[in-house]
Amino acid sequence: MTLQSIVDKLGATVALGAERLDTEVEHAFASDLMSDVLTLKDTPVLVTGLCNVQTIRTCDMANLDVVVFVRNKRPTEDMIELAEDNDMVLICSQYSMFKTCGLLWELGMKPLY
Amino acid sequence: MHQEYTVIEGDFVNAGKASSSVKKTLKQLNVNPQVVKRVVVALYEAEVNAIAHAYGGKVLVDIDADKIKMVVADKGPGIPDIALAMQEGYSTARPEVRDMGFGAGMGLPNMQKNVDKLNVTSEVGVGTTVEMEVNFG
Repeated sequence: MTLQSIVDKLGATVALGAERLDTEVEHAFASDLMSDVLTLKDTPVLVTGLCNVQTIRTCDMANLDVVVFVRNKRPTEDMIELAEDNDMVLICSQYSMFKTCGLLWELGMKPLY
Repeated sequence: MHQEYTVIEGDFVNAGKASSSVKKTLKQLNVNPQVVKRVVVALYEAEVNAIAHAYGGKVLVDIDADKIKMVVADKGPGIPDIALAMQEGYSTARPEVRDMGFGAGMGLPNMQKNVDKLNVTSEVGVGTTVEMEVNFG
């Protein structure tokens, strides 16, 4: 599915990368623990409640390009600047982690494990 | 090629700068992307550890044709029991470290999983040195 379909399903806003919403994605991984994210071999969409510069750095190290922040968390200017350098897409969901994941599941997104 | 970076205590905003810079260098050198990922994940965890647990330190990186050697040396409280610190889930991290998405006791185990050689030496009250090597081939 496209990132646009994720944005539509979540009624989300796009903080960065609106021009890249035609990107196709298949898998998602949800965690607030960045050490967990650093163990991933694949590059899923990251769903997280952790909204700070380390979220973006972790994605840089793990080669993840798409983050969905939950509970209406908004990335700061510093985060957006760093994410821009890495051609990332940052999406803000108004829903909780649980509901966001539920909606993405309904949409057909697959887990890694 | 030799690179050096300084790590400052509690400077979470800049945690990962050294790893990010090493990633760019290795990409320019056309190192296999999967190897690059192993290198930067291990170095990033080590950087975060130095910032989270110590009073600052140095990151020294040496890149040869066939391998990268990384040393993260901090001045800090040291690790009294290295074998215990290597266990997944064991952590002494402060709440602010956990707020940054770390501190779950996965740092050293993550380093070990990603590098070909890991050597941790530590003296209580002096500091800790983490030496890592990853082969490109």
